[in-house]
Amino acid sequence: MIWPVRNVVPEWSGNSVRVSIASGKGGTGKTLVATSLALALSDRYHIQLLDCDVEEPNDHVFLRPEITGSQTVTIPVPKVNEEKCSYCRKCADVCAYNAIAVLGNRVLTFPQLCHGCGACSYLCPDQAIIEESREIGVVEWGCSGAVALVQGRLSVGEAMAPPIIRKVKEQADPDGIALIDVAPGTSCPVVEAMTGSDLCILVTEPTPFGLNDLALAIETVRELGIPCGVVLNRAGVGDSRVEDYCNDKSIPVLLTIPLDTKIARLYSRGITLVAGKPEWKSSFLRLFDRVTEMIDERNHSSKR
Amino acid sequence: MKEIIVLSGKGGTGKTSVVGALAALAERKVLADCDVDAADLHLLLSPLERERNEFWSGQVACIDPDRCNECGLCEELCRFHAIKDFRVDEVSCEGCGLCCHVCPTEAITMSENMAGYWFISDTRYGPLVHARLGIAQENSGKLVAVVRQQARKVAEEQALDYIISDGPPGTGCPVISSLSGAALALLVTEPTLSGMHDLERVLAVCRHFGVPAAVCINKHDLNEENSRQIESQCVSQGVTVVGKVPFDNVVTESIVHGVPIVEYTNGSISREMERTWNTLRAMLTNGSQG
Repeated sequence: MIWPVRNVVPEWSGNSVRVSIASGKGGTGKTLVATSLALALSDRYHIQLLDCDVEEPNDHVFLRPEITGSQTVTIPVPKVNEEKCSYCRKCADVCAYNAIAVLGNRVLTFPQLCHGCGACSYLCPDQAIIEESREIGVVEWGCSGAVALVQGRLSVGEAMAPPIIRKVKEQADPDGIALIDVAPGTSCPVVEAMTGSDLCILVTEPTPFGLNDLALAIETVRELGIPCGVVLNRAGVGDSRVEDYCNDKSIPVLLTIPLDTKIARLYSRGITLVAGKPEWKSSFLRLFDRVTEMIDERNHSSKR
Repeated sequence: MKEIIVLSGKGGTGKTSVVGALAALAERKVLADCDVDAADLHLLLSPLERERNEFWSGQVACIDPDRCNECGLCEELCRFHAIKDFRVDEVSCEGCGLCCHVCPTEAITMSENMAGYWFISDTRYGPLVHARLGIAQENSGKLVAVVRQQARKVAEEQALDYIISDGPPGTGCPVISSLSGAALALLVTEPTLSGMHDLERVLAVCRHFGVPAAVCINKHDLNEENSRQIESQCVSQGVTVVGKVPFDNVVTESIVHGVPIVEYTNGSISREMERTWNTLRAMLTNGSQG
């Protein structure tokens, strides 16, 4: 990928930093945190923001980047040469996803179910199966000021997000700072996006829904061995159980954003918190300092 | 029996609060929580678990180090990068079984994976079918299909009129699994640019699968201009706006108290939810194309 030349801010000189921003529950403010953190940091360093919520990518709504490149994402699906096929059913027997079936002297494929594992073509005794590419989405990139945005988008009607997330992450700068905006939930797209992060920021809200889903998200990051900290959004709206839970589990609350209708209205217009209320910039810079401190501490303790 | 699935594209727009309200308003229904990886509906309905079932799904590969001759063929062929140093990364393994088929020393076996639970519970609003996908598990779409199938079974056994399902966010695998074949999709949105962007995508998914859609605008007074734009876009696409719910912290209060909003207050939000349900019911009765 070729980035437009940006001489305004220096390169990040430390080790590469990958921070994912996730939540369990949707709508808690992942995009708000990801975009404002990226913008706050972009005054100082080159920042990459990878929007891995490929089912509903929203960072572009706030950053309005000029898209300078794109790449379609495909998966290999089987194409059967019936002249070579002996209808032995091997392909149907080995397919774990029921994406290929043999009915008498006909082979039916169901590309939407195919995971692109290649078992059918590799194992076909007649070499009757070749693979062709099927488009399932796109990866796009561009810049908004000094923030380089990479986003993936799953095509409408397609089920499989992980191959697109993998392609977005391939664009991560190996030496710089990459922020990863993760989809809500705890299943495969979330795991795919979070894997390899140095730290995960979990954004939540002080409600029973926020707490329930935060607990699930914490289990997920622990399963993956990723340290985490919490950003508490809309503080003041519900009850104190999220804070009690974080205290109890020794999970640091890295930043608290109060419930504020003004912030909600800015958000509704697609305006980032740091653009609408520049006084927040320092809070996001402190958030990043705490994140890098936590990463350094962990690296030290794991070296010992 | 008619099945309504509540979706949104964007997370956190109020799907579960709306389903909680419909649970209290609709009669003769079974409730289903199809958001199997971050289920919240039970927090509003106080279910009493009646049945707990294991969800076995998908397979994972396992390499027997005693039989493995470290030829590396499995690692070379695995498209999911799930094999490294002759060990399987169970999180990355998609269970395709290619490694198991090709291993020259038959060192690889595939085993079924216990990926979660599904439950049938009693609530004071009627039966609830819900589930819990194991952490970092795949196949949320399959578990959604199980929840829907069981909800349908309950509805048939008890001759109920409606299945009301709380859906997952997004547009991918679990959403498609929740949507296909439903009578109506109720799309809960909010008047924010991101909410609108995501509504457009989830509407396109509904069209793709031929499911009629209706829209409920939550927090409509947060940005009146955006709300008007949503309404005019719905009109131009022939989609009915069945509800416009005002922005009020009383909704959060009701969640903190763990009850559906219509049981917590008699205020304007509750009246709007009643109006929404009456419109939806009429649409379902008339088989209207929303």
